[in-house]
Amino acid sequence: MPWLTRSTPPPPPLPAVASAEAPADGVLVRVHGLTMAMGQRVLQQDLNFEVRAGEVLVIMGGSGCGKSTLLRHLVGLEVPAAGRVCHGNVDLQQASTADLARVRRGFGVMFQAGALWSSMTVGENVMLPMEMFTPASPAERAERARAHLAAVGLDDAFDLQPSALSGGMRKRAAIARAMALDPPLLFLDEPSAGLDPPTSAQLDALLLSVRAQHGTAIVLVTHELDSIFTVADRALFLDAQTHTMLPPDAPQALRDHGPPVVRDFLRARHTEAST
Amino acid sequence: MHGTGERVLAGLRRTSGTLEFLGSVVLAVGRLLRGQSQMRMVDLRLQLDQTGPRSVPIVALVCGLVGLILAYMGAAQLQRFGAQSFIADLVSVGVVREIAALMTGVILSGRVGAAFAAQLGSMQANDEIDALRVMGIDPIDHLVLPRVLALTLIAPLLTAMGALVGLAAGWLIAVTTFGILSADFLARSAQALTINSLLVGLAKGTVYALLVGLAGCRQGLAAGHSAEAVGQATTQAVVRGIVWIVAAASVLTVLLQRLDW
Repeated sequence: MPWLTRSTPPPPPLPAVASAEAPADGVLVRVHGLTMAMGQRVLQQDLNFEVRAGEVLVIMGGSGCGKSTLLRHLVGLEVPAAGRVCHGNVDLQQASTADLARVRRGFGVMFQAGALWSSMTVGENVMLPMEMFTPASPAERAERARAHLAAVGLDDAFDLQPSALSGGMRKRAAIARAMALDPPLLFLDEPSAGLDPPTSAQLDALLLSVRAQHGTAIVLVTHELDSIFTVADRALFLDAQTHTMLPPDAPQALRDHGPPVVRDFLRARHTEAST
Repeated sequence: MHGTGERVLAGLRRTSGTLEFLGSVVLAVGRLLRGQSQMRMVDLRLQLDQTGPRSVPIVALVCGLVGLILAYMGAAQLQRFGAQSFIADLVSVGVVREIAALMTGVILSGRVGAAFAAQLGSMQANDEIDALRVMGIDPIDHLVLPRVLALTLIAPLLTAMGALVGLAAGWLIAVTTFGILSADFLARSAQALTINSLLVGLAKGTVYALLVGLAGCRQGLAAGHSAEAVGQATTQAVVRGIVWIVAAASVLTVLLQRLDW
């Protein structure tokens, strides 16, 4: 992991970013009785959990159980069939446009394939949120974007087009963009999917270093067992059979003492991984 | 029966989506006028460059050829009544008031409207539009406004250029093939053309370009998350753009004639 062993100075602070205030009780997101459906088909029902400041919460489960859909509900891209998603005191479904915009500046999102804006360079991708929401000058934005890219090991990618990056580099650039406004919360959708094991391990190490340096809470969707055991403080399991979730707990505790369906999931995966 | 019902419901959903999109664009224009828009001037300049200068050759070629056809066919018919001197009236009024705007609109639909749909459709398929939304960046302000504004600003210039080239082609045919004196052609053209005709032609070109821009962006933003959906959005953008242009041309022509403009 050459780019993680370097000591990267933290990016200079932003001039001023209007974002959601940090809650006094340390809970960033509350999910109440959330039901997700696609048309008539219910994916998951009555989900209840919270995301705490500074933690890494993993959402896990088999294919098609609704992990990525849950992430889209958490960031307000989908409308729940029932229930609520609240960021601080703001209910995403009831929020005014101004409140929603303020809440959205308080978190960063990395989509599964990176979703970098293909008409811009990597540097412009990282600078756009700063241009939109901070009074930083172009020079300050560039300096900050370079620092963020250096933090994810992409020092030389500032002027490259996203199409010139490999899959792993694109994901790292997307993480740099998600962190452009120094949000207290990151949502990451399968950052390790499609990556070789060493690159996947590098990404896990990067996430831990981001959390250690900035205290950023991370909500991570993955079914990669190694990632789950490496980065998660707590993990919640979405059961595709019963369409319900099992309450979040430490992954080791779930593996050793959790309900049978989670133990089977974790152990089966673990067996596959070791063989 | 069930299938028909499903198709009707799908059509209603599409119409509702289009009306919602148009409402969003109107609100975005309001924000722009109040100075609260997230549109970047650099994006507007980029779109002006991509939609304007690069459309000049094809608009000039097509308008020139249509002017040539109009002059040739018109003169052949007028010659049977010994009225070939009216060819200047036919070409100048026809090209300036109707043909240049119509052909510019159709070309923009195929060249620019399709490109808008493909660009935005690809962004939709790659989650790039969602990435804007979750950052609190309005895709209408950031992506649609620069494209539609650029097309609307550039359309009168392209229409005027197309009209000039069409007139020149008509003049060439009238002078070289039907023996009309150049001075006579120009004098009759100047007599036949009014400021109203000129303004009507430019206004029509602007309206058609606006419709093309809206159709392209609407189809791109409504595209699904697959390569096939991007292809369908591109085709739909061209078809819708041309249908909207022809419908608008019909309404405007009747309306303006009734108003005696």
